[in-house]
Amino acid sequence: MKPPAFAYHRPRSLADALDVLARLGAEAKVLAGGQSLVPLMSMRLAAPAALVDVNHVPGLDSVEVTADRVVVGALARHSRVEHDPEAYDAVPLLRRALLLVAHPTIRNRGTTVGSLVHGDPAAEMPAVLCLLDGFVTLRSASGSRDVPADAFFTGPMESDVRPGELAVSATFRRPPAGSRSSFLEVSRRHGDYAVCGVGAVVSDGTARVALIGVGAGPVLVPLDEPDDPDRVAAAVDAAIEPEDDIHATADYRRHLAQVLTRRALAEVS
Amino acid sequence: MTTRLFGERVPRVEDPRLVTGNGRFLDDLGHDALEAAFVRSPHAHARIVDIDVSEALDVEGLVAIYTYDDLDGRTGEALPLLIPHPTLTHGRTPHALARDEVNHVGEAVVMVVATSRYVAEDAAERVRVEYDFLPAVVGIEAARAAEELVHDDVPGNLAARMVQQTGDADAAVDAAPNLLELDLEIERSASMPLEGKGVLARWDPDDESLLVHTSTQTSTSVRQALAAKLGLPVDRVEVVTPDVGGGFGVKIVHPWPEEILVPWAAIRLGRPVKWTEDRREHFVSSAHERGQLHHVRVGYDDEGVLAGLSVRFWHDNGAYVPYGLIVPIITSTQLLGPYKPGVYRVEFDSLYTNTVLVTPYRGAGRPQGCYVMERVMDAIAAERGIDRTVVRERNFIRPEEMPYDHGLIFQDGRPLLYDSGDYPATLAKLKKLVGWDGFEAYREQARAEGRRVGIGLACYVEGTGVGPYEGGHIRVETDGTVVVSTGLTTQGQGHRTMLAQIVADELGVPFDRVRVTTGDTRRFKYAVGTFASRTAVMSGSAVALTARSVRDKALTIAAEALEVDVEDLEVVDGHVRVKGSPSSSIDLGAVAVLSNPLRYAFDEAAARATQFAAPADPEKPPVGPGEQPGLEGSDYYSPPRSTFANGMHAVVVETDPDTAEIRVLRYCVVHDCGTLVNPMLVEGQIHGGVAQGVGGALYERMEYAPDGQLLNASFMDFLMPYASEVPEVEIDHLVTPSPLNPLGVKGAGEAGVIPGAAAIASAIEDAEGLTITRMPISPSELFALRAAHRKETP
Repeated sequence: MKPPAFAYHRPRSLADALDVLARLGAEAKVLAGGQSLVPLMSMRLAAPAALVDVNHVPGLDSVEVTADRVVVGALARHSRVEHDPEAYDAVPLLRRALLLVAHPTIRNRGTTVGSLVHGDPAAEMPAVLCLLDGFVTLRSASGSRDVPADAFFTGPMESDVRPGELAVSATFRRPPAGSRSSFLEVSRRHGDYAVCGVGAVVSDGTARVALIGVGAGPVLVPLDEPDDPDRVAAAVDAAIEPEDDIHATADYRRHLAQVLTRRALAEVS
Repeated sequence: MTTRLFGERVPRVEDPRLVTGNGRFLDDLGHDALEAAFVRSPHAHARIVDIDVSEALDVEGLVAIYTYDDLDGRTGEALPLLIPHPTLTHGRTPHALARDEVNHVGEAVVMVVATSRYVAEDAAERVRVEYDFLPAVVGIEAARAAEELVHDDVPGNLAARMVQQTGDADAAVDAAPNLLELDLEIERSASMPLEGKGVLARWDPDDESLLVHTSTQTSTSVRQALAAKLGLPVDRVEVVTPDVGGGFGVKIVHPWPEEILVPWAAIRLGRPVKWTEDRREHFVSSAHERGQLHHVRVGYDDEGVLAGLSVRFWHDNGAYVPYGLIVPIITSTQLLGPYKPGVYRVEFDSLYTNTVLVTPYRGAGRPQGCYVMERVMDAIAAERGIDRTVVRERNFIRPEEMPYDHGLIFQDGRPLLYDSGDYPATLAKLKKLVGWDGFEAYREQARAEGRRVGIGLACYVEGTGVGPYEGGHIRVETDGTVVVSTGLTTQGQGHRTMLAQIVADELGVPFDRVRVTTGDTRRFKYAVGTFASRTAVMSGSAVALTARSVRDKALTIAAEALEVDVEDLEVVDGHVRVKGSPSSSIDLGAVAVLSNPLRYAFDEAAARATQFAAPADPEKPPVGPGEQPGLEGSDYYSPPRSTFANGMHAVVVETDPDTAEIRVLRYCVVHDCGTLVNPMLVEGQIHGGVAQGVGGALYERMEYAPDGQLLNASFMDFLMPYASEVPEVEIDHLVTPSPLNPLGVKGAGEAGVIPGAAAIASAIEDAEGLTITRMPISPSELFALRAAHRKETP
């Protein structure tokens, strides 16, 4: 479990980082927290020719809270976001969901943006980005683009980051005043990826849930009639595509999706 | 008097080093060494057609590549079958590197040595092995069906079939007023120490000697094995265990292929070579345990008392059986626990599969046996409508029946004869600790809150401290330091603390003057190893006996120096002194000087000793017949048979009516391991065992695909409980001393894990009102069980 040889780049500015990423293209992987990438490399399941370590690029570790959004920089660790009081006031769902992301030691290194880019279908933060109509800002030597959550997650462990691009931030929109949110999941052990999880946001009479562990990515389900349990159940059931794995059957996941949706909505209503 | 340390919660002397990061584990050693990596079979069953190393030869830093054909002398032989048995008619063991055929994913095929592990893995990746695939035999049912064979020359995949009986059990079952038949299953788990295996070998060409560090549970036996396999005189080989990050059984197996290959390569290359097992290797090339299927027939009267018990079971021994039949023999005998089975018969098949080999993991076959017997007890209780504790009580061996002979042969080849124990008293303590009689009120209260709770219990008896022997050596240095050695090894248990407590008491010296070394063949050559909950019993007794003999020697020397009778002396706080006249004394360091007629006055002790030096009798030799210089001694302890500890666990669980999540709310343990040397260490052993018991009940399983691929060979998918999943453990002790050893102790190392699956199955069944026959159980499986149960009982 040792990685094969790779080139290591440590740019000291965003411009340098984008420059080296442009030069290396598909050969390079970005190293931020390394909590998923490094084990994959050690197991030789990923073997990038080059790593671009962005940990020394200034200005990427901020958590900015404005009137209508929370912008999380590429180097903001999960724990930084989790403990940011302003971010919590603005979007309580962030902390609620982050507490379900692995364990404190991993959250101390892992980054929220990195988790989004990694795109694990059972991860919490992609669901949160969907629920809050967020987007990811991608920079490259040739420009910048914002990709909304619903287009960003393109498949299991896949996201819409192109060669040469760096995900510099994720933007979570602040829900309207009076909104309520919840995140519930069932995992085998505390901190494990969810067998099934459900995030819910209710504001101004509209409700939406996002489910994880039951599809190729987070499954966002808008609920027109959140007070009608039959309609909610049918909408969730139609949206998800759970599969069997060694931890749970698809049937069980389908059942959990219903139970957790019910509980999450009960909590926010 | 010196404060007696035996029985005290003395803090571990090991911890300051370990918790400050100053432990020295295998991979902390040998930074100058070459490193090895292995090409391992990606297939469960295949013939090796060709091995092409040409692409690997270009890798910069490569030093050597070895295949089976390179192995010379006895290194090319199959590895030893350590524990033969007459019923093990078809014992098969692997070669250090696969010859012709591979029998499980992970079997070592090619060894690569390079300047670093990184480079070694780069080269290993470029070795091309061509295989002819053979059908894989995976799982007990496939092995039993034997449509395909693991080894061509082993019909039925049957390594061994063994029967033990005390009479015609099936007739007794059939004649009984009530009969139950149960099919029970328990799945594979593994020891899974946080530190895997590892070997560092240094060959000294000037001294023609080999020094091997290995992360083992038996350095003395590795030494013997290495000398034999490498063709070296035994006195040219020494084996040392550095700090070891857990063993739990997997490191008692020896020699592992790598334990032969790494020293062999070091000698050939004339350079130090190291191999550190990584986690993936540990999953697919070390050892697993637990997987068994049982069919039970039991006959009992209307009171639930057993008349006959007939158990047929099938044991998955994996691809090879280097450790013989120890696991299924233990299952077949220790299944009986604290109960009288009436007439008993047990028959097992030990079956080959194309999976990682199976050797003892903490509990060593007992968790399976306990699970089966306790499921039987619960089933009888349910059938007869009797409280589960009452059924157990009625079947207990009574204290007045001790010693109790089951009429069977135990793992050590000796009679299964319980030495002591008071099972009704243990159960009474447990019921009180958990509040058994008040549970129905709690259940009602929980139900009113919409919660579903259940209680369960399980009882076990554990044969501990198996022989044949352990020894101790103690030397008192001239500065008063007491240097203690025992040959068995340590994997984190706190042996240095526990053994020092015993020696300090027996010798009459302050605790902090005692230094203990374990697992270093340079210090002690004869030992068996650390397994079977045997260190306190075996090495504890051995160092106690040794300390007594050294004390006697000290008294003899001191009596001469002080010109008094031995009977008038005592040893207190490191000083031999005249009883009632404490000012007339001599410290043990000075006694050590006096014990050696060659006394250059190097230190203060020697100077002090001169005042006591009696004028030499010119007619006598300075060292008389039967005398030895030095205040030191050695002694051994060898018991007639194992001593039997026991315990009972009770568990309260809550199951979520909707999500089927299972939470352990309380975990109560009453434990009887005879006298306790250090209750804190015993409780630490129980805590760790319970954690593994919870793992085996709710989380851990080896997920083999039908083609023999292990699907969860990482800590991401093989779920061991975190601290967040392990309940707080409530412990009470009962002390029924063992009559078999000088300390009255019984083993405690494995106890905590044994009843975990049984007790938790009992509690879930109680919460859910459905029958559990298969462990471990996950929420997804409980959900499926509920659905099936609803269908059966509409």
